[in-house]
Amino acid sequence: METLTEPAVIDQMTPIPFRVRGVREELPHTFTLELEPPDGSFAFLPGQFTMVYAFGIGEVPISISSSTSKPGTILQTIRRTGAVTHALGRLKSGDYVGIRGPFGTPWPLDTARGGDLLIIGGGIGLAPLRPAIYHAIENRADYERVVVLYGTRTPDDILFEKELAAWGERTDVTTMITVDAADRGWHGSVGVVTRLIGRVGFDPANTTVLVCGPEIMMTVTARRLIEGSSVEPENIYVTMERNMKCAIGVCGHCQFGEKFICTDGAVFPYPEVGHLFDIKGV
Amino acid sequence: MSELVATLSDHDFFRGMSEDHLAKLAGVATEIEVDGDKVLFGEGGTADAAYAIVSGSIALELSVATRQLIVQTLHGGEMLGWSWLYPPYRWSFSAVANEPVHLIRFEAEQLRDMFDNDCALGYEVMKRFAGVITSRLAATRLQLVDFYGNAN
Repeated sequence: METLTEPAVIDQMTPIPFRVRGVREELPHTFTLELEPPDGSFAFLPGQFTMVYAFGIGEVPISISSSTSKPGTILQTIRRTGAVTHALGRLKSGDYVGIRGPFGTPWPLDTARGGDLLIIGGGIGLAPLRPAIYHAIENRADYERVVVLYGTRTPDDILFEKELAAWGERTDVTTMITVDAADRGWHGSVGVVTRLIGRVGFDPANTTVLVCGPEIMMTVTARRLIEGSSVEPENIYVTMERNMKCAIGVCGHCQFGEKFICTDGAVFPYPEVGHLFDIKGV
Repeated sequence: MSELVATLSDHDFFRGMSEDHLAKLAGVATEIEVDGDKVLFGEGGTADAAYAIVSGSIALELSVATRQLIVQTLHGGEMLGWSWLYPPYRWSFSAVANEPVHLIRFEAEQLRDMFDNDCALGYEVMKRFAGVITSRLAATRLQLVDFYGNAN
């Protein structure tokens, strides 16, 4: 049983140069940076994020998508959406980025022990969940059923497709994928990810659910779990994304209602933020 | 209880219905097996049956230009098709078996006659179909928005 302990952040405001070991194109607009910490190791918890600095351009918060058991390299999976992420996508092996962190609250994998673990991702939302999936597989005896449900737009948009296929081969993990639309020849599911929930077995009274995706996806998923499967709201965890600047709860850029995403989250119990999802402009 | 009535009583759509109603439904039903990749019915064809999927999965396809686009898959415990409920009784989609599928086929004309003559049974089944239609409409609306669009 791996005990999850909070890693120390050496310097919260100064980016540390990490060498780019490789850049992997995952999807047409999504890539993964493979980063080498300067002292050979970088401790973090599943669900935490770093501030990734493209020198001279800017910083963005990016979730760590690698395994905590391999601290010699961290993976950060990024979608090209703006100037910073495009600059990060142009990096080559041997280049450097600045890293601050790790920051934020982790997925509640310790408190989930002894029960079922239901992990639901949408689109690139699978990336922040991947460390939790790695942890559950590496510590498989700690959990009862482990279920991974993933939804995305089309078969061409499936993130980490080979790993999903590998998890699907395992007899101790239930993995299901669904897409919004597909051409004939796709033999998987078509429909929103919430439609998969009724097809998998789990004990609603003893299940921890980790959800990551766009807010609408997390809202609909949480409601389906609560109303359709009688999962207690406090056993559902979501991770939030907002523009961040300081990442240490000072600047207020990431304020979400009464919460700061960077320090109170980014992983939240659903009841702490669910009521804010429906308020326009929060 | 006949084997078919027992199968119906275990199906999510029919669960909780009276044995009398299930027996009547079983009277217009047959169990069928369909091989993987077989087209069960084609878009625009006569909607002459309702199907309850017992096991396996079915892809609903729509012709879009030269492509066959899968818009939804249905699985064991779900109902397939409601175009038999209202004129002109034409399928809006094609249904293709994703894998070997076990179904219960209900003859549409006999179902409609049965519901006209037994309004309590007809109302019970229509209530259940309304739930299915509402849930699929909600799911379709979510497929129309950028459901997986902006997370990172």
